[in-house]
Amino acid sequence: MLDVDVCGVRLKNPVIAASGTFGFGEEYNQIFDVSRLGGIATKGLTLNVKEGNDGQRIYETRGGILNSVGLQNPGIEKFIGEELPKIRKLNTVIIANLGGETVDEYIKGAERLNDTDVDIIELNISCPNVKSGGMAFGIKSKDAYFVVSRVRKVCKKPLIVKLSPNAEDIVDMAIKCAEAGADGISLVNTFKAMAVDIKKRRPIFDNITAGLSGPCIKPIALRMVYEVAGAVDIPVIGIGGITCAEDAIEFIMAGASCIEVGTANFTKPNICLNIIDGMEDFMNKENIKSIEEIKGIIRRK
Amino acid sequence: MQPVYTKGEVLKNIKVSKGIYKLSIKGDYNANMGQFYMIKAWDEEPILPRPLSVHDVDKDSIHFLYEVKGKGTERLRDLNKGDIIELTGPLGNGFDRLKIKGRVAVVSGGIGIAPMLYAAKTLKDLEVDFYAGFRDEIYVTCDIKQYVKNVYISTDSGTYGHKGYVTDCLSESLRVGGKKYDTVLCCGPEIMMKKVVDICETNEIPVYVSLESSMACGLGACLVCTCTTNKGKKRVCKDGPVFLGEDVVFNA
Repeated sequence: MLDVDVCGVRLKNPVIAASGTFGFGEEYNQIFDVSRLGGIATKGLTLNVKEGNDGQRIYETRGGILNSVGLQNPGIEKFIGEELPKIRKLNTVIIANLGGETVDEYIKGAERLNDTDVDIIELNISCPNVKSGGMAFGIKSKDAYFVVSRVRKVCKKPLIVKLSPNAEDIVDMAIKCAEAGADGISLVNTFKAMAVDIKKRRPIFDNITAGLSGPCIKPIALRMVYEVAGAVDIPVIGIGGITCAEDAIEFIMAGASCIEVGTANFTKPNICLNIIDGMEDFMNKENIKSIEEIKGIIRRK
Repeated sequence: MQPVYTKGEVLKNIKVSKGIYKLSIKGDYNANMGQFYMIKAWDEEPILPRPLSVHDVDKDSIHFLYEVKGKGTERLRDLNKGDIIELTGPLGNGFDRLKIKGRVAVVSGGIGIAPMLYAAKTLKDLEVDFYAGFRDEIYVTCDIKQYVKNVYISTDSGTYGHKGYVTDCLSESLRVGGKKYDTVLCCGPEIMMKKVVDICETNEIPVYVSLESSMACGLGACLVCTCTTNKGKKRVCKDGPVFLGEDVVFNA
């Protein structure tokens, strides 16, 4: 009942653990059976190893958190050699989140992932926490079009592009990514935000700004998913502050084919299972036979 | 030990000193010294659970000592007997029993004493001297006495024990007292741990420090709690919280 098709890949349910909050899955597998998830989006990968940002990396705000990790990751080679064999055993769809500083890096990264058994690539053009690359490609539609079309030429995997809510025009951005050959769109990444330490009289984060996520962004993320789903014909993955089954259903009804859960994993490590079970309960009670039946339904009425 | 996510019932939540509380949870828990749990005692706010080190483990309960510092610990302070909290753990690499031998000095600063009662208890068969520094009021040291040979206390205010820093007591013992240690364990403010690491370096004693950090997942997945070491950035929650002192690059 919960299974969905996303860019030609079958997911056992529409709940995916969002990139950056779930490592490579293994850590959470100690706590619950991760194979129950629809999929796992890996920690953002770059061609070369990245140490990430200095200074404080996390800060709580009402209804959310700000993070400034800065794409710390072991690099694609080490991911393929050490992490991928382990994550493959987790028996769920693997979405490799691919970041980069230059177009060339994105291309090389995608090429390197071609011959692996990663199921989907999620092109991260939306990380607000790195100086070059990352979100630099996620603000102006033409920059996104350029990098997506170049990656598309070499990429043999289904290609999803993860958008930033900081884009100048999120709908135009999604349309251009689709035109450039994206197989799907996921949104939203974190909002560029900040916090100040009033006693020390300086910003909390060394980078000054950081990425805001959590329940506080949900209504805005939902609006963006609704608008984008109405403008493109490719699958849309809804992300942003999803904490419970009801939130997930809202995103599906707004047009998302499936959803990702990020910050909520921190509030309760097995919250994804609550969301999966809660969605099933809701569908049973409402006599809904498939996710497809309610996908984008608010637009149909 | 495989960590688990579970619910626990509050047995007691008592004030042991100004701003310092001890939370006791019913159940059969198992942990190594220096490990911690992610604890949540609220529904929505704050978003994140709080990492608390294991203060003590009994046959039918586990104890956490914490200082009230912000919204999360304020919520913990308000817990009553019978309340239900959520716990994930035991987590992290604590003090490695196999690496600790001979005569041991345990050095704590303030709430850094939290993991050290259980450490002293675990090491009760070794010859342990305990150095505890406080701002003003002292706490927990009487619980520790039974497990160790000597307890040295310092307070910033001079209310109790040596007036000044606990690091003075440690260097005095080594320099004048003729004390020799084979291992030092340390937990406290960064500036104090840095000093202890320096003292141990001079005296060529291996020192293990337990670091504190804000955390989100506590499992090693989210990378928000990294610290800088000579071997690159490490996760406090998963690679630590206990590190070899000489590896840590302190901010203080």
